[in-house]
Amino acid sequence: MSILSEAFGDGSIIIKESVADRDEAISIAGECLVVSRKAKPEYIESMLAAVEKFGPYIVIAPGIALAHGKPGDEVLATGLSLLMIREPIEFKHSENDPVQLVFGLAATDHDSHIEVMAELASFLSDSNRINSVLTCSNIEQIRALLA
Amino acid sequence: MKIIAVCGMGIGTSVLLKINAEKVLKMLGVEATVEAADMSTARKASFDAQIILTTPELVESLRGVNAEIIAIDHFFDLEELNAKLSKALL
Repeated sequence: MSILSEAFGDGSIIIKESVADRDEAISIAGECLVVSRKAKPEYIESMLAAVEKFGPYIVIAPGIALAHGKPGDEVLATGLSLLMIREPIEFKHSENDPVQLVFGLAATDHDSHIEVMAELASFLSDSNRINSVLTCSNIEQIRALLA
Repeated sequence: MKIIAVCGMGIGTSVLLKINAEKVLKMLGVEATVEAADMSTARKASFDAQIILTTPELVESLRGVNAEIIAIDHFFDLEELNAKLSKALL
C-alpha cells in the first residue's frame, strides 16, 4: 500500500449523488475523518470555521477542494477522507468551481503529514487519474486508483 | 535563501505549495529552504525570508511583512510557479 492509500482509513471515502451546499460537503468529508478515527467530531466545526475565515481558496484545483481544520486536540491521527459528489456544487471560487471532489485532511502538526501531501500532490497533478476517479461507480474503484 | 509558503492553517494549501515550489527550485537549480506556515507564524518566520508564496486571497492580510509576496493562482501549475519564482530569483 502506498502512503497515500494508507492515509484513507476504513469509511473515509464516500460517494453522494448531491449535497445541499458547501458546508454540507465539508461536514460530510469531516464526518468521514471521524468515522475512520482520524479526528473527533469537534474537528468538523474547525473545518467549517476555517473555510468561513479564510475563504474559498481551499478549492485548490478545478473541481477539487481540500478541507481541513487546525492541528490540535481534535485530531487523532494524520489522515485523509474523500467525498465525491456526482452533481457538482459551487464553493464560490473565482476559477475552480464547481466542485466534485472534496478531500478532508486531518494533521496532528505542521510537518508529520508532508509525505502524504507529496503523494496527494502528485495524484492531484495527474488529470488522467482525476478523470478516472470521477467515472468511478463505487468506493472500491476509487481505492484502486489511490493505491 | 528562505521561502515561506503560507495558508490559513499552515497544513493544507501551504504544504502543497511548498512541495511544488521545491520541485520548481530544483529545476531552476536554486538552493533554498521552503517552510510551510500559517498566517500567524508567517509574520514571525518571515524576518529572514526572501519570498512568501501564498494564495491571492491572503495577500492583503500579509501586507507589511519583510519579504516579497508572490500570489499563486494555480497551485498545481508548475509553469506558473516556475515563471513567478524565476522572475523573483533570477
